[in-house]
Amino acid sequence: MSEKILYALGGVAAILLGRNLLVMLTGLPDEAFQGAIFRIIFFHVPAAFTCFLCFFASLVLGITYLKTKNLRYDSMAVSVTEVGLAFGAANLISGMIWARIIWGIWWTWDWRLTSMLICWLLYAGYLVLRSAIEEPTERARLSSVMLIFSFSVVPFVFFSIKWFRTQHPQPVLYGEGKMDSAYRAMLYGNWLPLLMLAFVLISVRYLQERRQRELDAMRRAVHSL
Amino acid sequence: MNDAAARNFEYLAYGLIAVWAILAIYVLTLVSRERKIQRQIESLQRMLEDRQGK
Repeated sequence: MSEKILYALGGVAAILLGRNLLVMLTGLPDEAFQGAIFRIIFFHVPAAFTCFLCFFASLVLGITYLKTKNLRYDSMAVSVTEVGLAFGAANLISGMIWARIIWGIWWTWDWRLTSMLICWLLYAGYLVLRSAIEEPTERARLSSVMLIFSFSVVPFVFFSIKWFRTQHPQPVLYGEGKMDSAYRAMLYGNWLPLLMLAFVLISVRYLQERRQRELDAMRRAVHSL
Repeated sequence: MNDAAARNFEYLAYGLIAVWAILAIYVLTLVSRERKIQRQIESLQRMLEDRQGK
């Protein structure tokens, strides 16, 4: 995909996010119990969805790399994981700010919060592992294994609020959860531009990774002259 | 607006700023990486020209 199309897509995502921000601040009423802070959910939950989607994609790409040994999949995996981590950080930080108002504390070692933090740290460890290995195929092989291992925590994060007694609110989009249709529309309406933004960031990162690989190969060729 | 509602809005603003700041920081890291790659390409080109000159 050409870089111009990517930047255009990023621009559309930014316009949609700006429009959504205006609507959620001026058009949507405060939630009856939580008040204005409830609106954080429109970023907190889509950020989590985007993060998990990226982590799932990185699992698939990691497995595909191990099967095919094609370094393209490794480049895709690192791009997707990095963007997933950014959205994971947005999810964790926005959750902490919400908790400060609703629970009166920034953090609690609750199952959901702790498992999400561990998950985030594992994926951050994936990036550290990559930076520690020089040889490209060895780096791709070990980091793909790390991706598979890291993903094993994701279902635990997702279902922890079902499996354990937690302070975290129960899901509002599935199961027995209920949400007003206007709030629901805003939540999904905000997820779409965030997904578009994630796609743009992943694509830009992937192009960089590909260029970096070509550059490394050229450098090796020059040194061997 | 009472104190609790004002505090609520204040923290909502912090939350929104935090989300945007994290994404902005990530975009900045992409920009800085792009510049680094560009510098590496230029240095490689210079190295090639030097070797061809010899």
